[in-house]
Amino acid sequence: MSIFKNLYPRFLDRDFDGGPFESLFNYRRVWFLAVSMVAMTALGPLLIMALIDHNITREAVDSEARLRTSRVVSNARRSLSFYLAERLSALQLIVDQREYEDLIDEDALARLLEGLKDSFGGFVDLGLIDQAGVQVSYAGPYALRGRTYVGQEWFRRAVSGGVAVSKVFMGYRNAPHLVTAVRHDKPGRGFFVLRATLDTASFNELARLDLASAGDSFVINQDGVLQTPSLSHGGVMEKMDMAVPPFSEHTEVFEARDADGSPMVVGYAYIANSPFVLMVTKSKRELLKSWTKSREELLWFLVASVFMIVMVILSVSTYLVNRIYNADMNRVAALRQTEHISRMATIGRLAAGVAHEVNNPLAVIGEKAGLLKDLFTYGQGGSPERVLGLVDDVLRSVERCGTITKRLLGFARHLDLKVETVDLCQVAGEVLDFLHKEAEYRSIDVKVDVCGNVPQFRTDRGKLQQILLNIVNNAMAAMSDGGHLEVSAKLADEEHVAVTVTDDGSGIPEKHLKRIFEPFFTTKSGSGGTGLGLSITYGLVQKLGGDMRVVSKEGEGTSFTIVLPLQYEPLGGGNACEYC
Amino acid sequence: MRILLVDDEQDLVSALAERLSFRGIEAHWATSAQQALEMAGETDYEMAVLDVKMPRMSGIELRERLSEMHPDMRFVFVTGHGSEEDYRAGMHHGDCYLIKPVRLEDLLEAINKPSQCPTQKGM
Repeated sequence: MSIFKNLYPRFLDRDFDGGPFESLFNYRRVWFLAVSMVAMTALGPLLIMALIDHNITREAVDSEARLRTSRVVSNARRSLSFYLAERLSALQLIVDQREYEDLIDEDALARLLEGLKDSFGGFVDLGLIDQAGVQVSYAGPYALRGRTYVGQEWFRRAVSGGVAVSKVFMGYRNAPHLVTAVRHDKPGRGFFVLRATLDTASFNELARLDLASAGDSFVINQDGVLQTPSLSHGGVMEKMDMAVPPFSEHTEVFEARDADGSPMVVGYAYIANSPFVLMVTKSKRELLKSWTKSREELLWFLVASVFMIVMVILSVSTYLVNRIYNADMNRVAALRQTEHISRMATIGRLAAGVAHEVNNPLAVIGEKAGLLKDLFTYGQGGSPERVLGLVDDVLRSVERCGTITKRLLGFARHLDLKVETVDLCQVAGEVLDFLHKEAEYRSIDVKVDVCGNVPQFRTDRGKLQQILLNIVNNAMAAMSDGGHLEVSAKLADEEHVAVTVTDDGSGIPEKHLKRIFEPFFTTKSGSGGTGLGLSITYGLVQKLGGDMRVVSKEGEGTSFTIVLPLQYEPLGGGNACEYC
Repeated sequence: MRILLVDDEQDLVSALAERLSFRGIEAHWATSAQQALEMAGETDYEMAVLDVKMPRMSGIELRERLSEMHPDMRFVFVTGHGSEEDYRAGMHHGDCYLIKPVRLEDLLEAINKPSQCPTQKGM
């Protein structure tokens, strides 16, 4: 499948530093840039948005969880406070309405207890304690009359503060219970304290909230001892597994870690006028469960999107860069081909010229040999001097032919890139030899100022020959008969040699100057021009790590200058050239 | 019969002239157009054998000048460059046109039967 063929980055294992002007781009870098930039613009906003959304919802869910906990604690505190205040008020009502003497009567006390149980509930027993702390009368299921309470903390608080709610404690009956007490001053002499034991069951009931999300609620006293049973923080009368939170008038919420180390939200409230602290703990994990679940779904969606986007970016970038790469490779191959064809065409053109040149000495040989034969056929044969002179003429012409064919062979031989030490004088001579006959016929004055001006340098001889031949050919074509051609060379600087070919031909119009090195740019399309000559010459100069410049004035002539490095290195040679 | 040979290769024209003289043709030779014009001014030639390509003045141009001097003169062109353009230029004037190297038999035929140009081998 061609589409999959195009998805493989073929340019990855190519070395783009192999030679100057081989390909237009460094495809690895182009590909990497395309992928990274598209990925950044596509994925960046997506990831940032996901992160922002995550943080915002997380914060919202967090504060919602704290708020809910706080509300629950607040409500439960109100219920507990009210429960205790209600019972204290009932006792207060009794001591306000009844005299001490009425309360001494245990039957009356029992009736009051019945009444309290009926109307309020939660009362277990009722006792009257005199100033000395001795329970003087008692109604309830235990035999507690005569017991002394003077040492007990709740008693002291009741005496000093008027009302008291005790911690949950074991006491004489050896079962957890809590006591409410009110003090009442007898008119004129002393006071007494009315004490009621509260049912821990209904107290527990109030403290145990119906909580979702693995929540726990319980009451502790200010020393951290559990007053009501808890699900996971200990039993009644045991020490709580957390530190006692600091006092606050309001409901507070904080985050902590439970025994397993998993985070939980803790809400608490100190219950006024009592030693109790209401605690509510909730597992944070449970609180955030629905949010976490939707987060997870979103995360999967995000991962899938990112994967899809990256795949699409990779495929599209690879596909497109591959197409450009292919086009570029085709271009390079086509250019190479035209270069080769152009060189062959040059050789073809030269061969025609050479054939013409060879014909002249051949004709001389023919005539001399014919004359030799005639001398013997029509006359008595020539003198030995005459015959030898004719043979010498023949040999000289053969030598002329040999020189011409050797020159053409020397040109055709250098087809492959081969760096050698080159004498510019010699190369220029070879090239101009091809054209000297034509120059002679057309009375073109050729001036060569090359020899001795520049040292030998290292470059590709064949390419240099073709460059010079192309430029000189162009100059010859631009000139009319009787023109002047000058080829000169000098050192451009310590590392470069400059060769200039100047003609006084038709010149190049200013508007064309910028385009003459472009492939297929031609002004003689009607007469067989392909527009490749100069672009190929330019390409060859660049291949040698050099540069080519042109100065021209229409009607006055043109001057081409090529600048070549003295040391040409085929690999990475382009970097050393300051003109490139 | 007196003919004029013009070619910039001296070795060629001198040998050719000598060979023609063996065959009863009085051939004079010149190595440049200028020299040929001078010689034509002094002597009447029935025919001229011209090289097409010569420095400064081509054979075609020389023919025009010689025609002006001697309207009856006939011409045979010889060239090393077998280009079609030159060929057409030669035929236009009804002259014979031979490619170097020329066989002497062909040249003689062209000189003796000017109405009918020889067909050269390889053309």
